[in-house]
Amino acid sequence: MNTAPDHNRLIEAKFSVNLSKPLCCGGASRFELVIDEQLAAHGVTAIFGPSGCGKTTLLRALAGLQPIHSGLLRVAGVAWHDQAGSLQAHQRPVGFVFQEASLFEHLSVAGNLEFARKRAPERLGPTQIQEIREFLEIDQLLPQKPAQLSGGERQRVAIARALLVRPQLLLMDEPLAALDQTRKREILPFLDRLKSELDLPIIYVTHALDEVTRLADDLLIMEKGRVRASGPVDEVLTRLDVPGMLGEEAGAVVEGSVTERDSQWQLLRVDFNGGHLWLRDSGEAIGQCARIRILARDVSLSLADEQASSILNRLPARVIDMAGDTDRAMQMVRLAMGETTLLARISKKSASQLKLHQNQRLWVQIKSVAVLH
Amino acid sequence: MPLSAADLAAISLSLQLATVTTCILLLLGTPLAWWLSRTGSWLKGPVAAVVALPLVLPPTVLGFYLLMATSPNGPVGRLTESLGLGALPFTFWGLVVGSVCYSMPFVVQPLQNAFSAIGQRPLEMAATLRADAKDRFFNIVLPMALPGFISASVLGFAHTLGEFGVVLMIGGNIPGETRVVSVQIYDHVEALDYAHAHWLAGGMIVFSFLILLLLYLTSDKVAVGSLQLRS
Repeated sequence: MNTAPDHNRLIEAKFSVNLSKPLCCGGASRFELVIDEQLAAHGVTAIFGPSGCGKTTLLRALAGLQPIHSGLLRVAGVAWHDQAGSLQAHQRPVGFVFQEASLFEHLSVAGNLEFARKRAPERLGPTQIQEIREFLEIDQLLPQKPAQLSGGERQRVAIARALLVRPQLLLMDEPLAALDQTRKREILPFLDRLKSELDLPIIYVTHALDEVTRLADDLLIMEKGRVRASGPVDEVLTRLDVPGMLGEEAGAVVEGSVTERDSQWQLLRVDFNGGHLWLRDSGEAIGQCARIRILARDVSLSLADEQASSILNRLPARVIDMAGDTDRAMQMVRLAMGETTLLARISKKSASQLKLHQNQRLWVQIKSVAVLH
Repeated sequence: MPLSAADLAAISLSLQLATVTTCILLLLGTPLAWWLSRTGSWLKGPVAAVVALPLVLPPTVLGFYLLMATSPNGPVGRLTESLGLGALPFTFWGLVVGSVCYSMPFVVQPLQNAFSAIGQRPLEMAATLRADAKDRFFNIVLPMALPGFISASVLGFAHTLGEFGVVLMIGGNIPGETRVVSVQIYDHVEALDYAHAHWLAGGMIVFSFLILLLLYLTSDKVAVGSLQLRS
């Protein structure tokens, strides 16, 4: 059967942007962004890359804040930019959350929210507004001026304000980058809920891999104004041509569900397509979805199941392929466990001693796993 | 009564002139200051320099060329004649034209500073919240630049009250038509009537001091810092 792409669920972006001035420091004086991608208009798509790679420029181009020089931008079947013309920023049904909250300083929090509500194409009713206010827990902040708020509070108000214009697409430009670790941890649960409770596609720009692995369904990796890799986050993160960019942080993201609680040893069993893992019990409920991050450096390989090992999680796997690492002593190995792909970062010497080859069956030992949510 | 009928007429005329001039300057100065604060054009430098010229030129120079331009044989004069408006020199509206030119930097510069201080971000933010250009100007730029508008109005008003050279060159000294307070003081002094000169001159000092004091007290954000007050 021919499965034509569903245009209502796609962002078709095929355009270039020329900047004569760099947006970030250290960039070239002329910068060109070239993109030819189809992004999912559902779930969270993370745009990841180093500073100056063009990820913010891409987001601004989507919002209409950055003029597109040539090409085409179609969102859910509607042309936002083509030869016939370009929708201006205020005509695009987006919500935008900047890195620094950019609240209107001359208005109170309530005034900021009202600014957005009044301009929504179809205004939200009082109950929906109340829901958004409760969702982001900003009720008690309403009479305050932005200057009185903490960074985390400002960002929550900014998100609420963006939601009040009833966007069809939410664009977030490093919304956590200006916050310290404590504030970050304060905001992340809101982003989790944003993702799970609202049916709103989100494009999320970040240079923090932990945010990608926690939030993203799809991932687009950018470098020097070009797209290096794109696709589902678990696929992209286990591509052998990508991890080099990630270095020590290379690793797989695995989706599973909590199936069992071992209260004697304070462990949780998480089943995924390809086996199960025992994790430290961090209070998740049985049946809950769990997203797990397994770093390549925490995975070791052995030819036999070493029962006499302190490592709890030992799983049979098959070698898909291998590639050199940016570190010349190391080797990145891609492994299949059922339909799940895992990365192992081992020394070249070990790879040679184990005589690793494609399709080889072996055992993986996973030293540590992180539950993302 | 320390003030004669002629003094009161001069005060009334000065206040009228300053009010009309300030209103016109806000209308002309706002788009000009907006353009200066946003443009990347090479014309920005030359235009900004022309606007600032009255800060450094002797008022007589400006008055002289305005007189030349607006006299019946000058380019502006021919235009006003052909439009049936008559010649501008030695009329109230001639004074208004002169004052607008002379007080221009006192209105444009505070506005330009205020607009620049807003930056691009609030406007981009507003655009993503569905505000079109007009909406952004009236609901973001104007309220955020309000201190700039206040200082521009006060400085434009006060400076127009204080002008003398341009008025004398282009307006002359016609009672009730072009004889403003500063000219009236000059007349009193010429006539050695120092008592009346004192009342008017002292009054000017007190009034000017009070509005500037009000300006500095009410808002420390008001953008007067970059201006060199000069009469």
